[in-house]
Amino acid sequence: MSTKLRIIAAMKEIAAEQKVNLPPLTDDLSLHETGFDSLAFAILVARLEDDLGIDPFTISEDATFPLTVGDFVRAYENVPA
Amino acid sequence: MSPREVFALRDYLGPELDGRIICDARHLISLTGILSQSCLDRGRGELSGRSVLLSMTGQLLSGLAMIEIDGIARRMLLCPPDLNPDHLKALIDDAGIDAVITDRPEQWTDKGIPLVVTADLPLRTAAPSQSERATEWLMLTSGTSGVPKIVGHTLEGLSGAIVAEGPSRGTPPVWATFYDIRRYGGLQIFLRAIIGGGSMVLSDHLEALAEHVARLHARGVTHISGTPSHWRKLLMSGSAAGFTPRYVRLSGEIADQAVLDGLAQAFPNASVGHAYASTEAGVGFAVNDGREGYPASLIGAGRDGVEMKVVDGSLRIRSRRAAHAYVGKSASALTDADGFVDTGDMVELRDDRYYFVGRRGGIINIGGLKVHPEEIEAVINRHAEVRMSRAKSRRSPITGSIVVADVILTADGAGRAKDIRDEILADCRVSLASHKVPAVIRFVDALDVTPAGKLARSDA
Repeated sequence: MSTKLRIIAAMKEIAAEQKVNLPPLTDDLSLHETGFDSLAFAILVARLEDDLGIDPFTISEDATFPLTVGDFVRAYENVPA
Repeated sequence: MSPREVFALRDYLGPELDGRIICDARHLISLTGILSQSCLDRGRGELSGRSVLLSMTGQLLSGLAMIEIDGIARRMLLCPPDLNPDHLKALIDDAGIDAVITDRPEQWTDKGIPLVVTADLPLRTAAPSQSERATEWLMLTSGTSGVPKIVGHTLEGLSGAIVAEGPSRGTPPVWATFYDIRRYGGLQIFLRAIIGGGSMVLSDHLEALAEHVARLHARGVTHISGTPSHWRKLLMSGSAAGFTPRYVRLSGEIADQAVLDGLAQAFPNASVGHAYASTEAGVGFAVNDGREGYPASLIGAGRDGVEMKVVDGSLRIRSRRAAHAYVGKSASALTDADGFVDTGDMVELRDDRYYFVGRRGGIINIGGLKVHPEEIEAVINRHAEVRMSRAKSRRSPITGSIVVADVILTADGAGRAKDIRDEILADCRVSLASHKVPAVIRFVDALDVTPAGKLARSDA
């Protein structure tokens, strides 16, 4: 499974657990519009770290948190595994 | 104090009590006639009035030495086997140690201790000693990272709960414990065996669990104690089959409903009880109704000289069974001005029953909110296919920290980990606030348990 598909799958799993109605996850959807709160994102980042072995937001000191779903996925794709 | 009022361990070991033993994996010692035998060399005669460190490899010699010098030495300091050697000098200074009893005398030749007495087996014939004084029993606290604190007890205080319960009915009990008898929880069991007219089967840290249980079975153990972590490990091991104790006791950690139910199922003919005790506060109470927590009626000016109250969520105990002081130059006060020990164990009142929620010092901080890992574990452990779990915090770039849980499944559960994970999360969401629900659940084969038998909490 590609990095992007794994991220989408993890988001759907967490949305189901948190009872969040997830809109279609297009690249330009703002993360704010996903309905995820900070706890949901914290869960997502922790699970992706276990799944993909990387946490792009902790590795880089000057990392800024992405604004859109596309930015979020690219943050993982751009980190050398 | 007149000699008649002095009582020591030897006074419970009259020759009229036949058939009593103390044993470990290698030796079996008859307690009948033990008072005219000795495990100590000639230095034995010089121990009167000394402050004695017991530094022994194993528990059997430690127990025999306790019997010999209680009522003779001024003090005895019990060293658990995992004591960090770097801390010895500070402890020797603080306790004013001027004699050591050891099975490794070569390690003590250059330590500046005036008297080194060697302990070994077999026992040799010796003239019986008379109790001269009430020896002070010094024990070490566990679970702190620095030099452990020295806690001062008397035999009277240590045995308060045992005397209050009275002698056990029926055939004399054969006691065993997963604890080391040089810790408070284990010492209570050793004293129960000696004072209560029973026998004692000691554990051996080098022995595999299955072999240990086989030995407990072979020696006819009827009464046995350990921490919930000890018991969970036993239930997981599958070694419990065929072992039929009459009394199963838990102490030292929170006994949640899952482990109480698991033990009731594994030992249908046993009475299962959980006790509250700490090295400082002594034995508070024992609960035998099979339910987690304890009745609110125990709070207040209670029975047998144990008084309890809850202040700022933590259990406070004033008791004749409590230690009388921390010992040492920079020792802090053990009790508040009114004589209460703050146990640091946090409790919550629900429907006329108090439930332990965790240690004050074990709180993890999740996004600025305080969380007791134990309350999360108690929910996870309710799942029928969970044997043991540990909740802890993990750093998060989003919220600062999140809760994660490591979980050990039963053999039956191992095949459907994904479903069980979802079920655990659903249970947690029903029972816990959202920030306490684990973000990640990992299934693991083992969880570390400290030498004191408690779940290791590295982040606490």
